[in-house]
Amino acid sequence: MHTYSRLREFADSWMLLALTIVFICVILWAFRPGSRKTHDAVASAIFRNDSRPASDAAETEQL
Amino acid sequence: MTDYLKLTALGLVALLAAIAANFARDMAYMVHAQLIMLVAGGLFLWVIRRAGEPRIPIRQDQYMDGVIRYGVVATAFWGVVGFMVGVIIAFQLAFPVLNLEWAQGFANFGRLRPLHTSAVIFAFGGNALICTSFYVVQRTSAARLWGGNLAWFVFWGYNLFIVLAATGYLLGSTQSKEYAEPEWYVDIWLTVVWLAYLAVYLGTIIKRREPHIYVANWFYLSFIITVAMLHVFNNISIPVSVFGSKSVQVFSGVQDAMVQWWYGHNAVGFFLTAGFLGMMYYFVPKQAERPVYSYKLSIIHFWALIFLYIWAGPHHLHYTALPDWAATLGMVFSIMLWMPSWGGMINGLMTLSGAWDKLRTDPVLRMMVVAIGFYGMSTFEGPVMSIKAVNSLSHYTDWTIGHVHSGALGWNGMITFGALYFLTPRLWNRDRLYSLSLVSWHFWLATIGIVLYASAMWVSGIMEGLMWREVDANGFLVNAFADTVAAKWPMNVVRGIGGILYLSGGIIMCVNLWKTVTSVPGRNFVPVAVPAE
Repeated sequence: MHTYSRLREFADSWMLLALTIVFICVILWAFRPGSRKTHDAVASAIFRNDSRPASDAAETEQL
Repeated sequence: MTDYLKLTALGLVALLAAIAANFARDMAYMVHAQLIMLVAGGLFLWVIRRAGEPRIPIRQDQYMDGVIRYGVVATAFWGVVGFMVGVIIAFQLAFPVLNLEWAQGFANFGRLRPLHTSAVIFAFGGNALICTSFYVVQRTSAARLWGGNLAWFVFWGYNLFIVLAATGYLLGSTQSKEYAEPEWYVDIWLTVVWLAYLAVYLGTIIKRREPHIYVANWFYLSFIITVAMLHVFNNISIPVSVFGSKSVQVFSGVQDAMVQWWYGHNAVGFFLTAGFLGMMYYFVPKQAERPVYSYKLSIIHFWALIFLYIWAGPHHLHYTALPDWAATLGMVFSIMLWMPSWGGMINGLMTLSGAWDKLRTDPVLRMMVVAIGFYGMSTFEGPVMSIKAVNSLSHYTDWTIGHVHSGALGWNGMITFGALYFLTPRLWNRDRLYSLSLVSWHFWLATIGIVLYASAMWVSGIMEGLMWREVDANGFLVNAFADTVAAKWPMNVVRGIGGILYLSGGIIMCVNLWKTVTSVPGRNFVPVAVPAE
């Protein structure tokens, strides 16, 4: 049971803290300044390339 | 050269399957070995007839839609099969005589119930997820599916898994883990197919021509990866014999129960939620012709869902041998899940802001919106039921069945129907759907069916829970188990009627989709204007 206790202690202290920090960073990153333009471009991706693949990278780089 | 390799492999598989069928220790294993022998033999003939013929080069300037068309057909077909088995077992519960004497051991409730759950979740839902994910990942990556014909292997391999699982249940091959019933060799086959699926999906994302990965792909990808992990861990077992279907789980006791419900709840969380949210984030904005309400919210929705869902499993094991802290953890995470779920629901619904009038004229969009409504409702009900005090009333009762069906029929079913109605005219290059009024019929039959089903099960479940815990002045239980069975008979009948309505909606959909392909004029092609660069 020693392994169990050690893993358990690690999981509910440092690992929990690490995951929480990762999660908060992800949220903060989504709200970074200047993200709106990127997000608008991604959100409208579904309205492009409906009938065939992009023929070369140049077509989508104008975003 | 590859043809010879293929022929050798297929020949060997057919031979080994024949040997396995000969040495089989039980009927399910024998039937499966014969089935594999026939499939491998058929493929052998198919390959040998085409051997040496020049290959048609794969056109990278076109999307790979053939496999998606097959997926749409398979989804509609398995949907109706799954709903039909559901109706049959609903009436078997209400009228036990329907467990026909001559079909005992094959078609009684115990054998048909896993057939129903697997047919609707894995056959209907799984095919829907595979074909829509292939459609979405190509369009949002602006790239053809990676891996050449690997996508075909995924489709046929997955459907072979379903046939093996379904025939196995009827013949009594099961490891008795809910939603993970298939035995060891079927599990190994699914692992192979699933890794191929992951490869196709990830390969397409890697070679994408869009700078960013659209949020729907995040949901689909998390579903594929997590299901692979869950499936492998929950099916670690040792076969009793290589020539028999029986296997023994490596985990035992409460550890086994915990792994099973870690798997079981995340089958709901990642298969039936994350995957279908991928559908929502593509098809709802497409059908509403507006981008998703808030892309930021969709990112938060994704990460919150992923971080929380994986911990919710222990709420299936309240008041069992599971340690109290684990049960409490599961409960707390389930309650926290309410927030991302509703964030996602709001995001889906608000995508319609400024386009609400479309609901009046577009029954397909109406279907999707009702699906989101049911998503919100069942993700509210779930956390409530995970609270220990509520669970002590609801657990083991029909309330759970009602909850599952409001989610499965309302959310998964309706969003899939919407996606099928969206895909069929586009994939077969038709102008429009055959009939919008048939879509409306489907919508109302399905909605009324769900309402009948869910309300009957709520009433029945709460009644059962209250009857089970009722004690008299001396502390003795008032009701025998059979009393509750007798008391819920009317609700069982209403549940069956709701199922019939839902099934008829599904059949109407099949007719409508069939007529769309066969009798609607083709879409007039307007050549795409290529901008001068």
